[in-house]
Amino acid sequence: MIGAIARPPVDWFAISPALATLGAAGLCLMVAVLVPERARRATAAFTAAAGFVTAFVLAAVLYDRSPDGESVIAAAVRRDRYAALAAIIVAGAGLVAVLVSYSERTKGHVAEFYALLSAAAGGMIFLASANNLMTLFLGLEWFSISLYILCAVDADRERSLEAGLKYLIVGGFGSAVLLFGSALVYGATGELEFSRIAFSVASNDLAHDTILLIGLAMVLAGLGFKVSAAPFHMWTPDVYEGAPTSVTAFMSAATKTAALVLTLRILFTAFPQEADLWTIAVAVIACASLAVGNLAALVQRNIKRLLAYSSISHAGFMLIAVASHNALGGRALLYYLIPYSAMSIGAFAVVAARERELGQEVTLDNLAGMGWERPLLGAAMWTFMLGFAGLPPTGGFLGKFYVFSAAYDHGWLWLVIVGVAATAVSLYYYLAVIRALYMRPSAELQFAAGGQPPRDLLLQLGVLACVAVAVGSFFGVQPLVDLSRHAFQTLPL
Amino acid sequence: MSAHGWITTTLILVPLGGALLLWLVPMPRVWIAPTAMLVSLFEIGFWIEAVARFDFDRGGLQEASKLTWFKDLGVAYHVGMFEGFSLWLVGLTTVVMAAAVAYGMWAGRDNPRAYYGLMLFLTGAIVGVFTAQDLLLFYVFWEAMLIPLYVLIGVWGGPRRLQATIKFVIYTMVGSLLMLAAVIVYGLQAGTFSMVSGGTNASDWIFLGFAAAFIVKAPLFPFHGWLPDAYRESPAEVSAVLSGIVSKAAAFGFLRICFSLFPVGVHDFRTPILVLAAIGLAYGSLLAFRAPDIRGVVAYSSLAQLGLIMLGLFATNDLGINGAVLQMVNHGLISAVLFMLAGAIERRAATGQFDLLGGFARGRPALATVLMTTGIIALAVPGSTAFAGEFAILAGVFRQGWFYAVVGAAAIVLAAMYMLRLISAVLHERPGPSATEAALDLRPGELAILTPLVALLLFLSAWPAAISDRVSAAAQPAPAASAIGTSTAETT
Repeated sequence: MIGAIARPPVDWFAISPALATLGAAGLCLMVAVLVPERARRATAAFTAAAGFVTAFVLAAVLYDRSPDGESVIAAAVRRDRYAALAAIIVAGAGLVAVLVSYSERTKGHVAEFYALLSAAAGGMIFLASANNLMTLFLGLEWFSISLYILCAVDADRERSLEAGLKYLIVGGFGSAVLLFGSALVYGATGELEFSRIAFSVASNDLAHDTILLIGLAMVLAGLGFKVSAAPFHMWTPDVYEGAPTSVTAFMSAATKTAALVLTLRILFTAFPQEADLWTIAVAVIACASLAVGNLAALVQRNIKRLLAYSSISHAGFMLIAVASHNALGGRALLYYLIPYSAMSIGAFAVVAARERELGQEVTLDNLAGMGWERPLLGAAMWTFMLGFAGLPPTGGFLGKFYVFSAAYDHGWLWLVIVGVAATAVSLYYYLAVIRALYMRPSAELQFAAGGQPPRDLLLQLGVLACVAVAVGSFFGVQPLVDLSRHAFQTLPL
Repeated sequence: MSAHGWITTTLILVPLGGALLLWLVPMPRVWIAPTAMLVSLFEIGFWIEAVARFDFDRGGLQEASKLTWFKDLGVAYHVGMFEGFSLWLVGLTTVVMAAAVAYGMWAGRDNPRAYYGLMLFLTGAIVGVFTAQDLLLFYVFWEAMLIPLYVLIGVWGGPRRLQATIKFVIYTMVGSLLMLAAVIVYGLQAGTFSMVSGGTNASDWIFLGFAAAFIVKAPLFPFHGWLPDAYRESPAEVSAVLSGIVSKAAAFGFLRICFSLFPVGVHDFRTPILVLAAIGLAYGSLLAFRAPDIRGVVAYSSLAQLGLIMLGLFATNDLGINGAVLQMVNHGLISAVLFMLAGAIERRAATGQFDLLGGFARGRPALATVLMTTGIIALAVPGSTAFAGEFAILAGVFRQGWFYAVVGAAAIVLAAMYMLRLISAVLHERPGPSATEAALDLRPGELAILTPLVALLLFLSAWPAAISDRVSAAAQPAPAASAIGTSTAETT
């Protein structure tokens, strides 16, 4: 008897961005069945793009109309600017991913591809607004399952299948750890909702309760898998390399955004009493990620693997902001995510363009001379690499500046030094990409059968948008930091 | 923004705008180099306008403009010039960059759109370094300087350019990142990143962070590992910019930032830095004397000269600082001329090796005259502007200890030896296998580039006080001068 269950009032507007992308996913599935083959790609891509635009706009309105932040739908979901800003980033990433993926040479299942992409974004947006352990797990599985399939969507390629399987197994393991940890936390406190966990810990004096701490550690580990922070990063290079490049582009930006935003939310709101422990744990994870990501990237030849390790190291940088456990850190994380997402998608988009041109995997060797052959993409890639390396005039520089400031504000000068050292190491491989683009004689290229594909205007548009965000976030830092500050202030601390 | 400060911002934005123009606006290939040249000349024009607007009796920061950039950390776009040194270094930048652009035009670099765009971008970044009054802004321009240099060397450089760029970038970035950490610590402690209102900081560690960046960029012995490769493998005009201006940015950093914000650090580390500078001076001079090619001599002499300039700065008295600033301008012009001459000779003889050259004076009067004049000024013959600068430096550093002055004087003798060796190996002696009849005299185009620079040197020789007299009176950045003054008084 449904009627017997007391249903809470539902604030539909609070979850509207997630619903918009979910709706687009449903429509794409209909397109897969109803629209004839030749119009299918265009219709599905347009539907997905429309879904992302709607989600973007709704999230922006939601940001505007949630200046105070409140828990809605039986306190399962949090309606605040913090989640809305994350939704804006994810929706933007999704939109660019549609532009990038449009000319991907996949056979069949294009509409399903876009359905899964929209669904994954919906899950991430939902995850960012999760307010208890159940919605957290729901959001996490929602987008993870979509991504498992997306990674393997290029079913003709063995690497793609391998990537999907690997991600499924490792990701499933990560989810299990997270779930087990959630159960322990629930067992220790008797609460699911984040702020009530903190309240329960405070009132029952559980701050150093063993079960709670084991649960917290397992939750952190589970989230570490999604953030791809070391030592939970093993899947990242293989999956990023094997998955279709446009999927990798989307994952590298959006998954990281959602997972990091949620990590900060749960640590700050549910476990403030244990901050003395988890700040150190997160700092250690950050240092491990910086070390592993940067050192392993030094020896990569394959650009997708290189960027995968680079994304691990950036997870390290952003975790420094989380470990700082202060308002500056919250601001730093949210600000950092904006240029980082743009640069990450943009860089993979350039790789995708080169991949389609050559019909083979992109390495440092066959990237040679691309800067001169494709001035726009070359200059864009150059911008992204400088941004990753934290050089002005890109938002990557100010992101690092904010992160280091947050760490110093926390009193951790040593973490600043580690970050600075990691940046110095990272320069070597980022500059190697620029060197390949501009300073090596272009190789005798074996173009893919059928010659070079025509100029991919949509992809170039997406890349341009990414450049605009990466550079614009440097000059327009004040408004973006204001956005981040207001977003952070709506967290229930 | 204050109403009077537009000229400084213009000096930064004109070349950056020119770079964007070249990159973004489609134009016929033949227009690109002349457009860049025109922008460079306009830049000189704006600098002359800035000199005309300057109130030389007033001192302090002038032509300043300020805009808040992000306020939660107290970062602002704040630029301006101190008449005593920023103004002259900006002038040096505009002149040498214009000469470098002209040289590139004359040499006909390929991919002109990228090349000239980067040269203009570099101009804007260097002017930014010399005028920034906010530490983060300074850092931004400092790093922005590296990007075009990296590409200019890496794309248009000599055969071993890739190794040269890697060394150059790794060395300088390690230094710069230490500076970034220092900037953050200083800024968060002071609550603002402004160099003007931030006040002094007594921490030695912060001082060392800044010093690391400047020491590597200058470079100071023993952090000069990148120097020979970078100076040899760069295109000649980029070497000219590197040794002529970029190294001055490092010395400027000590003068503007370390002296005014970290008087305690300067005081504590004066002796080690003086010792390093003296070693660098002697060591660079000896290596220059043994170098087998033109660029090697100029490169190592650059190392030596920077050691000398650092001796002058860390004499921490008016005389030494005066001499150092004058010598910065002198050496900027001298090394620019010498590197471009080296490039000109390498174009003719396809080598810069001394044992393959020789006898260039015969039948090439213009080349001989320019090289001879510059060389004579460079070896600090009495009456030349370099003599004035070096004399002031030695007199200044003598007060810190006679030892430094002795090293300096000995190095000046060595300078005479290596410059004369360079002159005779190229111009005189028996013509080597590469000095064929096909190697022509300097063309009018080259003369048009080099003559103004040499003329400036001769002008300064006649009137070095144009620069040196104005340094001490006015330009000491505010709180520092007194602080350094007192610390000097205590020690002496």
